[in-house]
Amino acid sequence: MSPETKSKIDGLVADNKIMVFMKGNKLMPQCGFSNNVVQILNSLGVPYETLDVLANPDIRQGIKEYSSWPTIPQVYINGEFIGGSDIMIKLYQEGNLQETVEVALAS
Amino acid sequence: MISPDQVEAMIKSGLPDAEVAVQDLTGGGDHYQVAIVSTAFEGLRLVKRHQLVYKAVDSAMSSEAIHALSLETNTPSEVAAAS
Repeated sequence: MSPETKSKIDGLVADNKIMVFMKGNKLMPQCGFSNNVVQILNSLGVPYETLDVLANPDIRQGIKEYSSWPTIPQVYINGEFIGGSDIMIKLYQEGNLQETVEVALAS
Repeated sequence: MISPDQVEAMIKSGLPDAEVAVQDLTGGGDHYQVAIVSTAFEGLRLVKRHQLVYKAVDSAMSSEAIHALSLETNTPSEVAAAS
């Protein structure tokens, strides 16, 4: 990963309380797993930012190394790596995601 | 594309004590669901557990032999408590 890519990711993660690296965008997710994450966050009714890795090949590769996570989507809340689609679904079903998100947005 | 046995062997190479159940979700050999029980997950959050598994299958993920891996990660004591 180039230093430019790393600092770009650093900035996105730092500047957005909820940051989603995904395929496609909120309105048109290009992958079922990315769609899961969008649907969960929409149902919580919280603001979040997305980045389309299909339009940003450097970040598509870089984020995998950055997070030690080989797949897209990837979710960061309050600068902390939360996980991908599976973990978001599990946290949502357990009711833990709402709390994490509320704490992040209040900070 | 990769066989269920290969997926199991890769995970066991990283987590020697693991009990691994592999399910091929599409029949295509690239979308897998895997349930893993290991003491290595003890005290770890979900994201750390999944990172351990991803590390074990790193070569297959980065070559995109595996496109998607759905993981269920538990410790032996969690399994005992749930049954």
